[in-house]
Amino acid sequence: MTVIVTESLSKRFPRVTALDRLSVDIAPGVTGLVGANGAGKSTLIKILLGLAPATEGTAHVLGMDVTAHGSTIRERVGYMPEHDCLPPDVSATEFVVHMARMSGLPPTAARERTADTLRHVGLYEERYRPIGGYSTGMKQRVKLAQALVHDPQLVFLDEPTNGLDPVGRDEMLALIRRIHTDFGISVLVTSHLLGELERTCDHVVVIDGGKLLRSSATDDFTQVTASLAVEVTDTDTCPDGTEALRAALSAAGAVVTSAAPGADGPAASGHLLHVEVSGEETYDLVRDTVAGLGIGLVRMEQQRHRIAEVFRDADAAAESSAAAAAAPTAAPAPAVSYAPQEGGAPDVA
Amino acid sequence: MSRETTAKTLAKTAAQAPAAVPDVIHNIGYRHYDGPRLGRAYARRSLFSQSLRGAYGLGRSAKSKVLPMLLFAVMCLPAAIMVAVTVVTKAGSLPVGYTRYAIYVQAVIGLYLASQAPQSVSRDLRFKSVPLYFSRPIERADYVVAKFAAMASALFLLTGAPLVILYVGALLAKLDFLDQTKGLAQGLVSIALLSLLFAGIGLVVSALTPRRGFGVAAVIAVLTIPYGAVSAVQGIAFVQGNEAAAGWLGLFSPTTLIDGLQTVFLGGTSSFPNGLEPSTAAGYVYLLVTLGVIAGCYALLMRRYRKAGL
Repeated sequence: MTVIVTESLSKRFPRVTALDRLSVDIAPGVTGLVGANGAGKSTLIKILLGLAPATEGTAHVLGMDVTAHGSTIRERVGYMPEHDCLPPDVSATEFVVHMARMSGLPPTAARERTADTLRHVGLYEERYRPIGGYSTGMKQRVKLAQALVHDPQLVFLDEPTNGLDPVGRDEMLALIRRIHTDFGISVLVTSHLLGELERTCDHVVVIDGGKLLRSSATDDFTQVTASLAVEVTDTDTCPDGTEALRAALSAAGAVVTSAAPGADGPAASGHLLHVEVSGEETYDLVRDTVAGLGIGLVRMEQQRHRIAEVFRDADAAAESSAAAAAAPTAAPAPAVSYAPQEGGAPDVA
Repeated sequence: MSRETTAKTLAKTAAQAPAAVPDVIHNIGYRHYDGPRLGRAYARRSLFSQSLRGAYGLGRSAKSKVLPMLLFAVMCLPAAIMVAVTVVTKAGSLPVGYTRYAIYVQAVIGLYLASQAPQSVSRDLRFKSVPLYFSRPIERADYVVAKFAAMASALFLLTGAPLVILYVGALLAKLDFLDQTKGLAQGLVSIALLSLLFAGIGLVVSALTPRRGFGVAAVIAVLTIPYGAVSAVQGIAFVQGNEAAAGWLGLFSPTTLIDGLQTVFLGGTSSFPNGLEPSTAAGYVYLLVTLGVIAGCYALLMRRYRKAGL
């Protein structure tokens, strides 16, 4: 069973193409929707809520067509916007009760569900005070509560960790995880921060320029090519321990690089070796080699590849293709630019 | 034997144990809701009642109840005084006709509209709550209809209450029952039109800006400036002896529009110079323009919310 299915969904505005033949299947669970600003995330949510017609293609949410059953879908779906959306002069309870009624819950049920939901998102006594006096973290919780109050089967969370401090962020992420594990509600969450999605999502969908870049389980992104960071000391017998280890490991058949894949800046210092993990035996090999060389092992840690690398790979691919396309026309340019330098050389000399 | 008794006692205590500790809060976890979902029409009614209550400050802070309640009292006070005068002096009729009362106190109605219309719509725009509504079962038309109806009903209550006071007072003063009932009915029709017209204008103007202060000022301006201008030009036209023109001029401000309508069709007397009455032809145009403006306001509001703001 899938909660969201789109088939060659496109949305074109006079000047921009927001979605370009997007086809995705999203299963129940926590799904991350990743994309830069303007990648089409909001447009997709709008279409899925049945609020904007697609230019072409179809979309089904909870098995219902979005154009024909928008109202029914919205009854069963929750939406937490990215921006602030709370009036400051009412209390969280009053506001969430009103929103519950707007979702079709009878008055008594609306009150009961509001009390329950606010408790679940972690708002207690504060809920009777006007929202204007809340911290950003509390406001985010109210926004989440209004999306959950009618017990939807699916919620769309647009940048739920926006503006939160690290602790608030962790709590929000844990809450999002619970929405699925404890409440049994499927989640579609958007974020710019890939690290967050790695921690919370079962599945990640990457879109860029309205096109599907990749859609796969989070594990596939991060575990397939895990690597091991190894740092060693130098000893009298091995003045350059790092180099010695690299030589020994390479000789033993391991794939070793000195810079972390995709890492940049000081983090990629020469004292770290990255060994690609091909299985359990890689750990043994590193241990035995280090022991054999008689050098000290400072650390040995698992490094997961980050989702960010998907973007980097995509960028690299785009750049190389662009470079290839530009090459023939660009070829004469260097010749021209070298000329003055040659002429200038005598001056320097 | 004794061991058996002990065992029995133990079993008994064990059975009683759970009942002995009633003050435990159980973590019941997440409960799903499987009750009824009442859908669009119910949501629209909920929005209507919330907006109507909000227009009198109910369900809002104590501070926001002050102004609407005060204006409500100010609306009713003259009616109560007139009733008292009528009863005491045993006058043969009420000092003011039912249809004309609202025109007399138009400033109060204007103030009320200027304070409450922005509250009703600018607030949702300013705090960006509109997307929350549109991500729920209701459609754009439901939102507009609910807000429009709520504002018109609030105005109808505001303008209708003094009429009821007048009617009750008139009956107490033993004025003719049929006359008074007919007058009240005509008065109610006139204020129904006035409520719809004013609500439409007030909401359209307020929905243009998310800033409440601008909304208040704009509503006051839209109601008073045309009225002042029309009255002045009508006065000039009348002095120059052009009564027909003075009649037609009433088309250009909301208050004179209602005034002209009630004069032609509802047996009232106008506040135009010298109690001038527009011709019947002009009366039909007044009616058309009034209905047209109400429909136009609805269309403009629908247009305003075309982008759900998501």
